[in-house]
Amino acid sequence: MTRKGRRLVLIAVAGVVLASAVGLILNALNDTIVFFRAPTEIAEKPPQPGTRVRLGGLVKAGSVHRDGKTVTFVVTDGKSGVPVSYAGLLPDLFREGQGVVTEGSIQADGHLAADSVLAKHDETYMPKEVVDALKAQGRWKEGEQ
Amino acid sequence: MIAECGHYALVLALALALVQGVVPFIGARRNDAALMGVGEGTATGQLVFIGAAFAALSWAYVVSDFSVLNVIQNSHSSKPLIYKLTGVWGNHEGSMLLWVLILAVFGAAVAVFGRNLPPVLKADVLAVQGWIGAAFLIFILFASNPFVRVAPAPFEGQDLNPLLQDPGLAVHPPLLYLGYVGFSIAFAFAVAALIEGRIDAAWARWVRPWTLGAWIFLTLGIAMGSYWAYYELGWGGFWFWDPVENASLMPWLAGTALLHSALVMEKREALKVWTVLLAILTFSFSLLGTFLVRSGVLTSVHAFAVDPLRGSFILVILALFVGGSLTLYAARASSLRQGGLFAPISREGALVLNNLLLTTAAATVFVGTLYPLALEALTGGKISVGAPFFNATFGPLAMALLIAVPFGPLLAWKRGDLFWAAQRLWFAAGAALLGGAGTWLYERGGPALAPLGFALGLFVLVGAFAELVERTRLFRIPLGDSLRRARGLPRAQWGSAFAHAGLGITLMGIVAATSWSAEQIEALKPGGTIAVAGKELTLDSIGPRHAENYVDLAARFTIREGGTVVGHVESAKRTFAARQMTTTEAGLVSFGPSQLYVSLGDVQDDGSIAVRVQWKSWVLLIWGGALFMAFGGVLSLADRRLRVGAPKRARNAIPVPAE
Repeated sequence: MTRKGRRLVLIAVAGVVLASAVGLILNALNDTIVFFRAPTEIAEKPPQPGTRVRLGGLVKAGSVHRDGKTVTFVVTDGKSGVPVSYAGLLPDLFREGQGVVTEGSIQADGHLAADSVLAKHDETYMPKEVVDALKAQGRWKEGEQ
Repeated sequence: MIAECGHYALVLALALALVQGVVPFIGARRNDAALMGVGEGTATGQLVFIGAAFAALSWAYVVSDFSVLNVIQNSHSSKPLIYKLTGVWGNHEGSMLLWVLILAVFGAAVAVFGRNLPPVLKADVLAVQGWIGAAFLIFILFASNPFVRVAPAPFEGQDLNPLLQDPGLAVHPPLLYLGYVGFSIAFAFAVAALIEGRIDAAWARWVRPWTLGAWIFLTLGIAMGSYWAYYELGWGGFWFWDPVENASLMPWLAGTALLHSALVMEKREALKVWTVLLAILTFSFSLLGTFLVRSGVLTSVHAFAVDPLRGSFILVILALFVGGSLTLYAARASSLRQGGLFAPISREGALVLNNLLLTTAAATVFVGTLYPLALEALTGGKISVGAPFFNATFGPLAMALLIAVPFGPLLAWKRGDLFWAAQRLWFAAGAALLGGAGTWLYERGGPALAPLGFALGLFVLVGAFAELVERTRLFRIPLGDSLRRARGLPRAQWGSAFAHAGLGITLMGIVAATSWSAEQIEALKPGGTIAVAGKELTLDSIGPRHAENYVDLAARFTIREGGTVVGHVESAKRTFAARQMTTTEAGLVSFGPSQLYVSLGDVQDDGSIAVRVQWKSWVLLIWGGALFMAFGGVLSLADRRLRVGAPKRARNAIPVPAE
């Protein structure tokens, strides 16, 4: 095969691989990404039941209740709160009044059935989304963690 | 005083790095042997001074010198000695110091082991290493100085984050950095080649062992990190598609591609321009990884509390090196002449396909990792891109690549025969189908694709040895002759067989662990039982247990299968006194390659404790496969052809120092 022919084959194969990768990415971006929402955003514009969201804020003091395997708590940004239920073990640094990010789907009654709960891994570290959500409600002071 | 000496040593190292960046470079342009020779002295000098600085910081940790801010923030006098030492790099400043220390080790290695490199190439390589070293030393001295003092000194430190008080910290970051930073050598060689405008097979022969070494460390580092996260974070996942994990996966993918394309270049003088680009991209991904981890722009397990100045600083370094090298590439790549021809179906063709798929896969990871950042910068919308995205994009590409892996080594250089290769793989395909069907019958349930994925893993595993079977003419000539042939094969051939087999093993582990695992959560009181995957666990007792700097709430279980005791396991909640922080110490018991994973939750009001028991099918294969890959890399590195490493054209080869 000539140099030119070989180059054409190479370009064609590379084109196919790249095009399929772009197709996969665009397709996946439509289906799989999850939007981050602050509690106030959910309260003001409730998403359709079944929507997957990532919710961040503080665990409202006194809102944690355990009922057998299921735990319920309220995630708040100081203005609004969203009730969350979770069947599983909570992370070690999950505490009332502390930052938390949960992901799950919104149920018909407006509560979030979470399938993952992330607390921070270091007590001086606060997830960026939570900081922004708190800042939006004016509940965040620089240097206070 | 010791801390000041360390600080001063860093400043001296910076001065040496600046000299190294300028003098050998000028020497190479003027062909002045004396100026070019300066690089060797400065490279070893840098190692000495950075080593001294690192020793000084380690000393401050060992004696708990709480007048040093970094020690206050990350140490405690009651911490065990091993964690005082590993705590040196368990924080931002110290880990950057480890980064430049490893860079200096590699720089000195080039100076010492590169005696038979062409002098101009060597001078240029050392100069580029000098620039990288200078950039990061400036970053350390101005934005993350680990030697900052505090007066008055407090009596006690704030302790190291308990999650980091684990043997994993001793191994994971150094291994990972050896990989990340090791790629800087390939980068330096690539930039030097572009500056010279000359590149040949000898160049590839020089670059390959360094790249292979870095790749081995990175493979082990990633696997170690994955296993550490698996047992330490307490929820039993082995890969989270966390931005920082992705940051280590991207250089691994690009580095793997580089290893393969350098092979083509060494053997056939083809793909020169592409190999140089890959060398640049691989190290760029390493720098990007450093930026993502150290700047905290993405929410991640690894993020430390962050100072925005640092992020911008690393971003500038990233822009300078990536932008600079790519500009140089754009200007000079056309001057590198193309080499040998090959048919699309050939060993070269297979390696090109490997490169295409690996780099595209790296690109999908790149998009998924940075898309949230870009979207937030552009529209303010906050999104999270998680496992579903990567499964849908990275997954199919990886599958396509894995199907092709066993074929590659069976194709001849220049012109291969796909049909002949396929005939050699009948056995592997048959074994895979039988194995897939067998696991499907054995495991029952799980997603329909799971047995197929498992079969693909088996195909890669068995197929990896097809070339060896062919070469040794196994079963076609007497066994003794085959063994003799096997001994005579180059080690690199064994190496690639093991590395490819490791890939298959890891895939089998991933498929099995994600498809056939099971879990149960139950609130238990002593005497209560919980059952999962045919194993029954009885909670024998819960009680506190005291150690040097923490208290455990330990739960002991007896495991029974069909009424007979098959083992015991202990799981704990560990509370560290200094930070009042709790970590989950999961209890792990292996049954063959599978594991029972027991973690504890909170104590409930009625005195029972939440217990989560997970059955992880075949999970150990994931890391076992990575060990295979690394072992393959070591075998390959031990190959005589690489060890001699001298370009063919050297008339009287200078002996290389014994390793």
